[in-house]
Amino acid sequence: MQNEQKPLLSLSQLTKIYGSLAANDLIDLNVFSGSIHAILGENGAGKSTLMKLVYGVETPDAGEIHWNGQKVNNWNPAVARRLGIGMVFQHFSLFETLSVVENIALTIEGSRPELIERIRKIGADYQLEIDPMAMVNSLSVGQRQRVEIIRCLMQDLKLLILDEPTSVLPPQHVGALFDALRKLQNDGVAILYISHKLEEIRELCDVATILRDGKVTGTVDPNQSTAQELATLMIGRSIPKIDRHDSQNKTKSEVLAIRNLSVKNLDPFGADLRNCNLNVFGGEIVGIAGVSGNGQQELGRIISGEELNSDLNPSSIEMFGQSVKGKGVIERRDLGFSFVPEERLGRGAVPSMSLRQNSLLTAFKKGMLKKGFIQSDRVAEYTDQCISEFSVKASGSSATANSLSGGNLQKFLVGRELCLQPKLLFLSQPTWGVDVGSANEIRRKLINLRDAGVAILVVSEELEELFEITDRMYVLRSGSLSPSMKTSEVTPDEIGEYMIGEKREEMDHAISV
Amino acid sequence: MLFQFEKRNSASRALILATPFFAIAVTVLLSSTMLLLQGKSLHTTFFAFFIEPFESTYAISEIFLKFGPLLLIAQALAIGFRAKIWNIGAEGQMIMGAVVASSIPVYFTDSESIFLLPAMIILGALGGMAWAAIAAFLRVRFNANEILVTLMLSSVALQILYYLLLGPWKDPMGFNFPQTVMFQDAALFPPIIFGFRLNYSLIIPLIFTVFVWIYMERRFGGFQLVVGGLAPNAATYAGYSSGGAVWKSLLIAGFAAGIAGMSEVAGPIGQLQRSVTSGYGYSAIIVAYLGGLHPVGIFFAAFFLSVIHIGGDYALVTADLPISSVHIFQGLLLVTYLASYTFVNYRFRSRKAQREYIESSAT
Repeated sequence: MQNEQKPLLSLSQLTKIYGSLAANDLIDLNVFSGSIHAILGENGAGKSTLMKLVYGVETPDAGEIHWNGQKVNNWNPAVARRLGIGMVFQHFSLFETLSVVENIALTIEGSRPELIERIRKIGADYQLEIDPMAMVNSLSVGQRQRVEIIRCLMQDLKLLILDEPTSVLPPQHVGALFDALRKLQNDGVAILYISHKLEEIRELCDVATILRDGKVTGTVDPNQSTAQELATLMIGRSIPKIDRHDSQNKTKSEVLAIRNLSVKNLDPFGADLRNCNLNVFGGEIVGIAGVSGNGQQELGRIISGEELNSDLNPSSIEMFGQSVKGKGVIERRDLGFSFVPEERLGRGAVPSMSLRQNSLLTAFKKGMLKKGFIQSDRVAEYTDQCISEFSVKASGSSATANSLSGGNLQKFLVGRELCLQPKLLFLSQPTWGVDVGSANEIRRKLINLRDAGVAILVVSEELEELFEITDRMYVLRSGSLSPSMKTSEVTPDEIGEYMIGEKREEMDHAISV
Repeated sequence: MLFQFEKRNSASRALILATPFFAIAVTVLLSSTMLLLQGKSLHTTFFAFFIEPFESTYAISEIFLKFGPLLLIAQALAIGFRAKIWNIGAEGQMIMGAVVASSIPVYFTDSESIFLLPAMIILGALGGMAWAAIAAFLRVRFNANEILVTLMLSSVALQILYYLLLGPWKDPMGFNFPQTVMFQDAALFPPIIFGFRLNYSLIIPLIFTVFVWIYMERRFGGFQLVVGGLAPNAATYAGYSSGGAVWKSLLIAGFAAGIAGMSEVAGPIGQLQRSVTSGYGYSAIIVAYLGGLHPVGIFFAAFFLSVIHIGGDYALVTADLPISSVHIFQGLLLVTYLASYTFVNYRFRSRKAQREYIESSAT
């Protein structure tokens, strides 16, 4: 039926080149009104670039965009908005210090009472209730997403683009989002839904276009294809499943122990840590689930020693049975601690420095210094070892960190820290922005390391990842840690309940009334 | 656009070396145009610029007289620049070095102690460091931009200098000129060759260059400093202090500039007066960049710029050029250098070639 209809948006031979990389290569795509069209692909497959082209943020190097059968020249976000295209970005474009209505007033015309009225009405129509007067910084991530969607709905919306909308949502809130999207679909709005989550696409979408390496590898009906088929189109090969098995040789003594840790945050938009309790034994992987911004950064910096809080109780953080209060990063590393932060460039690595120099950054105690003089042979040797053991794709050990792809740099950083032979390893978002292949390799290395007796703590937003590799899990929400749960005995929904929390629900309610 | 900038996978080493020469060539070309428009003779001008400075022992000794402070300050500034800590107030640090060092001969006019000169070197260094420390403190404590602070502190230093010269430190026998007494011999560096102004202070920049080379190219401390400046979060992550990078690079620069300022008053000038720096603090920025922020490159760049300085003086006379021509030449040099440096990290590629490259690498 849809094929007889004229496409609302039609892309032909659309191409965008960055440097020596074709991020989008001769893309053809037809989007029809009243359809939820998935754009599926791995990180780096070109999904976000394609959406930027459609929304006019970027100009294509070649190819044409047709809207309602008309060729559109001078495509830019203003034109796109006028035609009725709205976009919800992965990273929200809201001002935290303004209220909901003030944020909306920045792009939508109308008097304030009018706007408030319309926000309330749209909220009621689509079950996207939000308090127009609430300050954005007081909203949860899910609520911020609602604000973005409402902002799109306040124009005469024909096409809504959503970039990985569920990556920031706890499982329980996904349903509500899908309901709203289905209602929009019934109203005749076309939706472009970008994701790399296969199950979600099969549940929601009626067409899926799969991208790989900037090219379209197929357009299918997701309900007619199995997840395995979609994965093959997306990755180009089938990924071996990780052989999940529980920890065998857990040690008796705690390697990392956090007891009654409370820290007040000086940053008004940061999270306070409240009475956190956590422990990690040797030979197990412990996960911390939760949406970023609930204290992950703060907890991470206290564990890594990047932030030394003098008010802590000596027993509130211990490694290998001794208090590490007041012990800096280097002293903790000397004890056998190692850390891979979530920001690769600028924190885990100096972007403009070579891989060798980046090895020296944390591995300098591995015989790289003699009386303060750098032993460049040893540095090169160590770097080459990381590169080969972790199959990092780089032009050599003198390649700069920022010339590597996200996945390869992450492999290098994990490699650098693993080659230090830590006894306690802490990773924050180990596979953020990493391609599926590399992510899998990293996860497998972690499991091997655990089997060798290392204590591993992983903070991750991706529940699938935590379920795949951890033995126990905590959930961090609003600066509080949930009780420890055995991964084999808990369901994603239970974890999700902790991610939302009873109190949070009441708060949501209070705000929306 | 038919052409597009494309980032290279790693910086081109050959181009790093070629860039200063390319910049010099473009600068010569551009200034030739300017000279022709002014109706000046190219031959006479460039002869004055590049040949006359080597025609007499005196001229050569004057080149090295300029070479010393330029080398000293540029080496120190380059340390900070590598760490993206932009101290552009070496001028002020140099003035304060000269001022503080001058306090000894000003207050002990009759002393002939052999400790006079060493004490002045130490005070000069401390004066420069103290001045740079203000900027370091404001940056580390309040995150105040060091570019603005150091630049403005240079103006403040100048006012302090003027105040002293017009007030308490004015030479009572000096016919009201804004200058101090002429320093006694014990407060001056002895000349290397009798009768020329070039003196033994030249040793300091040479030794300093060796130290900087070792520190930046071989020592872990230099590496930590650069990391601390380039990527403060990476420094914290690795357990280095990022504030330390700011402190170290500014104090090193203050140290070097202070001694350079002291060497001027205890050398060719022989007293504290208004034009104590000859603009070395600013020229050194050009030297640091032209030398690719590398100790060896800076060595040659300092020499080249000294030649230009002396050549400029000759050009004023023989080619009848205004003094601003020399400044324009220097300015052009820095601008063209920085512009050409883009090609070290980027390259031009036509859209078509790019397309073909991608297609060929895809297959």
